[in-house]
Amino acid sequence: MDSAAKEAYLREYEVLKKKGKPFFPYAVFKDSVMFMIVVGVIAFMSLMLGAEQGPKADPTTTTYVPRPEWYFFFLFELLRVLKPPELVPVATIGLPTVAMVLLLLLPFYDRNPERHPLRRPVATTAGIMTIIAMAFLTYLGASAGSPTEIELDVAPQYEAGKQVAAQSGCLACHQFGHNGNDGPGPELTHIGSELPAAAIERTLRNPPGIMPSFENLPPEKFNDLVEFLSSLR
Amino acid sequence: MPNLVPKALRKPGKPGEGNGALSPEKLKEAPVDLVGWVDERTGASPFLTGLLFRKVPKGTNWYYTLGSATLFAFLVQAITGVFLAMFYVPSPVEAYGSITHITNDVFLGEFVRGMHKWGATTMIILIFLHMARTFFFGAYKYPRELNWVIGVVLIILTLVMGLTGYLLPFDQRSYWATIVAMNITATGPILGPYLADFLRAGAEFEATTLSRFYALHMMLVPGLIIALIGAHLYLVVKLGTTAPPWVRAESKPKSLREEKV
Repeated sequence: MDSAAKEAYLREYEVLKKKGKPFFPYAVFKDSVMFMIVVGVIAFMSLMLGAEQGPKADPTTTTYVPRPEWYFFFLFELLRVLKPPELVPVATIGLPTVAMVLLLLLPFYDRNPERHPLRRPVATTAGIMTIIAMAFLTYLGASAGSPTEIELDVAPQYEAGKQVAAQSGCLACHQFGHNGNDGPGPELTHIGSELPAAAIERTLRNPPGIMPSFENLPPEKFNDLVEFLSSLR
Repeated sequence: MPNLVPKALRKPGKPGEGNGALSPEKLKEAPVDLVGWVDERTGASPFLTGLLFRKVPKGTNWYYTLGSATLFAFLVQAITGVFLAMFYVPSPVEAYGSITHITNDVFLGEFVRGMHKWGATTMIILIFLHMARTFFFGAYKYPRELNWVIGVVLIILTLVMGLTGYLLPFDQRSYWATIVAMNITATGPILGPYLADFLRAGAEFEATTLSRFYALHMMLVPGLIIALIGAHLYLVVKLGTTAPPWVRAESKPKSLREEKV
């Protein structure tokens, strides 16, 4: 913006301001209405939805899969999309830092004196795309499914085994339908059609690679788990 | 109807009528009202009347309340936060129990805690809407660049509040989410490991981590936010709010022709 454009803007603004209305009572009225709406909505949400308190923090659990507050879902989802270990710092630090710096310096690289959104196609498009991308990532993060729950529909006799699978940390490495992490272990949504029950049982007792053994589960739970897994077709 | 606005705060007269704060007649008068008394000693009334009766530009609409709405959500957070701090104990042993106590025993405790939680969500939504309005209206351009920068820092600090506050209930969810957040911080280049160590108060999550998060959440970051909100509002008043970009000053016929060319 050169000094002529600056001066033109300030002159135009001076005129618009002269034609405006005083802050009190006109803007104060709108702000007061907004105040009542904001406080009302917060109080309403508090009464309707409350603030739940989960189980007490337990550093010794190894199966709890944490989830952030919803407004960090887009970051969380970025982390899930960029899986290779060498890319993780890019998702966690690189992209957010770049986004932050770009946002902070916006007025310094966007030198276009035009202000109307329709006459700033690049800026407006970039803004809308950013909002869509963040909304999409937030949606994906939100619909990733609960980390300690498997939402597959199974016959009633396999429900017990499903509980065992959900609570034994399988989801940390395996995907069941929409739940669980896609890797490092293979997806288990259809494992029953890929492996016979005996093979599943063997794998659970003597697992390959980094997978822990589930031999120490109580026998009943172990059998439930095997039956549930072989029912997944 | 009697005018309820104290004399010192009434809309100032036109230039030439003299506002007379220090005029000899005024000085002879004994101040009878409290506002006048304070005004005589502080000289605050020109500032306050300037603040109240400054003009907002033509075309100002409801989108312009998003900034104040964010401020109101912050005020809700500040007030409910003070009450929560009266009962919250930032030690790993007692934190969880003190939250249960607030929820079950303290008068209106559950309601206030709920307001603090949903106030956070509301503030995050409002601050992003406010930024979107500023972006699409081009309101960050000359002469308001600095206020945009302050606003972005305020967004970052608000997210830091969300992050540090998430640990305080000390349930499974908050504990493990914080562990992950710290591990992520530690993967950052150069400063990452140091920042993570600072936040955790050590190389691992320890007993002092919770009190460190508590101090950041209720002293350092809110202090910074309040200071920056002050600067933000100062610049808003000083520079004025923008008019919507589609509102033009009615041009004289001559310049209108110029525009068409």
